[in-house]
Amino acid sequence: MVGIVGYGVYIPRYRIKTEEIARVWGDDGKRLAKGLGVFEKSVPGPDEEVATISVEAARNAVKYAGIDPKDIGAIYVGSESHPYAVKPTGTIVAEALSCTTDLTCADYEFACKAGTAAIQTTMGLVQSNMIKIGLAIGADTAQGRPGDALEYSAAAGGVAILVGMDNVVATIEATSSFTTDTPDFWRREGEDFPSHGARFTGEPAYFRHVGEGARLLMRKTGTTIDDFDYFVFHMPNGKFPLAMGRQLGVPKEKLEDSLVVRQIVNTYSGSAMMGLARVLDIAKPGDKIFMVSYGSGAGSDAFIIRVEKEILNHRGKVPTVDDFIARKTYIDYSEYAKYRRKIKALA
Amino acid sequence: MGEQGVAHVWRKLRAIYNIEGNHCKTCDSYFFPPRLVCPNCRRKGQLEEHHFKGLGKVHTFAIVRQAPEGFKRQVPYIVAQVELDEGVRLTAQIVNCDPEDVEIGMRVRACFRKITEYGERGIIVYGYKFEPVLKVTGHPYP
Repeated sequence: MVGIVGYGVYIPRYRIKTEEIARVWGDDGKRLAKGLGVFEKSVPGPDEEVATISVEAARNAVKYAGIDPKDIGAIYVGSESHPYAVKPTGTIVAEALSCTTDLTCADYEFACKAGTAAIQTTMGLVQSNMIKIGLAIGADTAQGRPGDALEYSAAAGGVAILVGMDNVVATIEATSSFTTDTPDFWRREGEDFPSHGARFTGEPAYFRHVGEGARLLMRKTGTTIDDFDYFVFHMPNGKFPLAMGRQLGVPKEKLEDSLVVRQIVNTYSGSAMMGLARVLDIAKPGDKIFMVSYGSGAGSDAFIIRVEKEILNHRGKVPTVDDFIARKTYIDYSEYAKYRRKIKALA
Repeated sequence: MGEQGVAHVWRKLRAIYNIEGNHCKTCDSYFFPPRLVCPNCRRKGQLEEHHFKGLGKVHTFAIVRQAPEGFKRQVPYIVAQVELDEGVRLTAQIVNCDPEDVEIGMRVRACFRKITEYGERGIIVYGYKFEPVLKVTGHPYP
C-alpha cells in the first residue's frame, strides 16, 4: 500500500523570542506569549530561503529512506514564499538531489497546506503506477508585516516526504479534503506581506475547515477519536490546535507530542508536516496518526497514517525534529531585521 | 541586465550544487572544480566523474568584516579553505557557526545555501557552503 518511505526536516538555526518582538512594538511580551502559546520562532539566515530549506530537508529524506534519487519521478514543492515568482523551486531541488531528467515537477501554493496537497498528488501518481517514488515538500520562510500580529508567528522550516509503495515506514491508509472559498488570509501579487481577516481567521476559517475535515475523514473511514494514538493539527499558534482538540474531544496527551509550535511557531507549509515528522520520530510500530493540515483561502487535508515496523530500520540516520529544535542561536530584533531584509537600504 | 550570469552559472550548476568534480583512475587524484585533463598524467589520465561526500575539516579561515556588495547583510562571516576527506581543498563560507567558534581542524559538512543574486531582477545562485557537523540522536526506539 502507498505510504511514506522516508522523511526529512530542516529548521534554520536562528530564533527570536516573542518578548523581543513585543519589546520593539511596546506590547506586553509575557502576556502575548502566554495568550498565543508562542514563545520563540525560527528565523532563516541571510542566505536561507525556501529552495535551500527544501534541498536540506529533501537530502535528509533521501538519506533516511536509503533510496536512489534517480527513482524519484515527481517533485512538488508547496510554499507561499518561493524565491522566484516564475521559475520553479522544484527544479533546483531535483538538480541538487542528482535526480534524473525523467521527472515531473511543479510548485504548489495553498497557504499553509500546499505541502500536504503535494503528498496527495504524489500518492495518486504512485498508486496509478505512473511513478515509483514521489517527493512532496512543504517549506516556508513566512512573511509577517513589521508590527503585525503575524510577526510573532511567521517562522521558517521545511519537511520533505518521500511517497512510494515499497518498504514504507508508515502507510497512508486514507486521505480526504474539505475546501471552500473563505478569504481569511491572502497576499496580492507584488505585495511583500500578507493581510488577514484578524478574528475571522478563527471560527469560520481554521476551526470550521480543520474540524469538518477531521469529521469527514472519520465518517468516511468509520473511525473515532479512540482509534488513534496521535493527533496532528495545523499550528498557526499554540492556542488553535489545543482548542481544536478540545472541540473534537481529543485527549491532550494524544496531541501534545506534535506541538512543535511552542519551540519554532508556524512554519506555514511545513507546519502540520513538522508535527507529523516529530510524531514519526517517536511513534511505535502499529501506532495510528491522524493529521489535518489547514490552508487559508481555505481548505484542509486530513490523513490517517499507520506506523510500520520498517521505521525501526531507518532511525538514527538523519537529525530529528528535536535535534534541529535544540540547535539554536537567539538573535535580537535588529539582527532579525537585517536577515529578513527589513532594512531596505542594505543590498 | 536581467540576463546577467545566466550561461556562466548554468554551466557550473551541477558542480556547485553537489560538489561534483572528478577522479583520475591512473594516479588516484581527485579534482574540484572538475578538470578536462589530469594535470599529473596528461594523455595517460583517465578521468571519471566524482560526487564528493561533502565531509571535511577547516584547513584555514578568515573572518570577513568588510564585505563586497551583496554580502554586507552577512557581516561578519567566515570564509575558509576546507579540506575534503578525499584530499581536495576548496574555498567556501562556513555558516551556522559564530566567528569566535571557528577553528582550524574543525569537522564540517557541506550544506546548500544561497551564494549570491544578480540584483533584484536577476537570477539567484545557489551552491555549497559548510557548517559544523550536526549531532544526530535519532530517538532510538526504547
